[in-house]
Amino acid sequence: MSSFKHTHHAHCESGVISSLLSYHGLKISEPMVFGLSSAINFAYIPFVKMGGMPLVAYRALPKSIIKSIRKNLKIKMKMETFSSVKRGEKRLDELLEKGKVVGAQGSMYWLEYVPDELSFHFNAHNFIIYKKENEEYFISDPVFSEAVKCSKKSLSKSRFSKGAMAPKGLLYYPLEVPQNIDLKPIIIKSIKKTAKNMLKTPVPIAGLRGMKYLARSIKKLKFNNKKYAKLFLGNIVRMQEEIGTGGAGFRFMYASFLQEASEVFGGNKILQEASDMMFEVGDKYREFALVIAKAIKSKKEIDYQMISNMLLKICDEEKKVYEKLLEFKT
Amino acid sequence: MDINDVPQDNSSTYANMKKALYVKDKEGKATSVASSGWEVEETVTKQALEDINEHIKEAYYEVKNGKKSTLYYHMYKQRMDLSLLSQATGFFKWRIKRDFEPKVFSKIKQSRLKEYCEVLGVSLKEIKELPNEQF
Repeated sequence: MSSFKHTHHAHCESGVISSLLSYHGLKISEPMVFGLSSAINFAYIPFVKMGGMPLVAYRALPKSIIKSIRKNLKIKMKMETFSSVKRGEKRLDELLEKGKVVGAQGSMYWLEYVPDELSFHFNAHNFIIYKKENEEYFISDPVFSEAVKCSKKSLSKSRFSKGAMAPKGLLYYPLEVPQNIDLKPIIIKSIKKTAKNMLKTPVPIAGLRGMKYLARSIKKLKFNNKKYAKLFLGNIVRMQEEIGTGGAGFRFMYASFLQEASEVFGGNKILQEASDMMFEVGDKYREFALVIAKAIKSKKEIDYQMISNMLLKICDEEKKVYEKLLEFKT
Repeated sequence: MDINDVPQDNSSTYANMKKALYVKDKEGKATSVASSGWEVEETVTKQALEDINEHIKEAYYEVKNGKKSTLYYHMYKQRMDLSLLSQATGFFKWRIKRDFEPKVFSKIKQSRLKEYCEVLGVSLKEIKELPNEQF
């Protein structure tokens, strides 16, 4: 086995999985990991607040990528959590001594290498620990362009951070990775699942229905005070662009996956078209973000109706991508 | 997005970091590119940071004027709010609110205080003090 090499990715969870599997001899790109785990989604959950703002997410729940990849690619992935900090620290050292490269979950806030500007309480951040030297841990954090170092104190605080989605010191590492995988059936399955997730959501807060719900809430912002309205809109863009989305709320990353999937099927036209469409949807999201940023900076009245309509239009365009994906047959 | 359209705005909120974006290259092939920032993103991150700093400042003066206990300041200083602190400690919100009262906080049980310290990452000494801050 070669020595571990850090790779810069867009998203933490898909990035960690891509790096871990590549290290174990299965070369798989980040968009492929993201696509195969049907991780693209949308959710607007007004009754769950983060920093006083309703939860807006452009992807599936944290940990779902690890779990889906484990299941779909039939990879034996060991996952360990700990009830005591001491035991969690000891186990990590043991694994590193054995030469293991391990995935870990922790809070972004307590990691000392995360600059102040990005330091928020988010418990489901993922990164790789690959070496220990002089009481310092060598970390490959996928959303950072270079590998970083972290002290034991900071790392433990992060791994055992409390609250929602508490990591409980989670460590994970593959025991066995198949070297030759026929991606075709997994691609077919995961694409169908994604289309279904987005088009036929049973609850009004997820999938395209969630987007429509958010659009309605934007329209109603005119009844709130302007400061709240601006923070609400800013929060949407933050969730869409800040830290590890690969741009436009993962839409660009999914478009990349569709192109790669098309190649796996010898240049499948439907998948290629869907990829091009998704790239365009991503561009629309970026325009949406730009309009919101301008509204936040401006002292003029905000046209909520227009912003809401913009989101509805994106929703219509994105719907066409998933409908296209349902046409895909082999 | 086209590879030539990738913003390289050197955003202060990126703190000299780069982020990977998925784009199309000249031949229309998907690839990833590092971006040094986007003005739009900088605007919204700054907005969130300013909101946090405003809370810290307000809390600071409320504690200084004796209206709230030092716990109230340290909560915001560690970028938390009532619901985050409640989730992290497992304490009820209404009881935490009581601990924001200087009188209640001064008689707080050691075990309860330790839990606050643990979650906020401050020492037993620090949590009872209001450091000198300039805004």
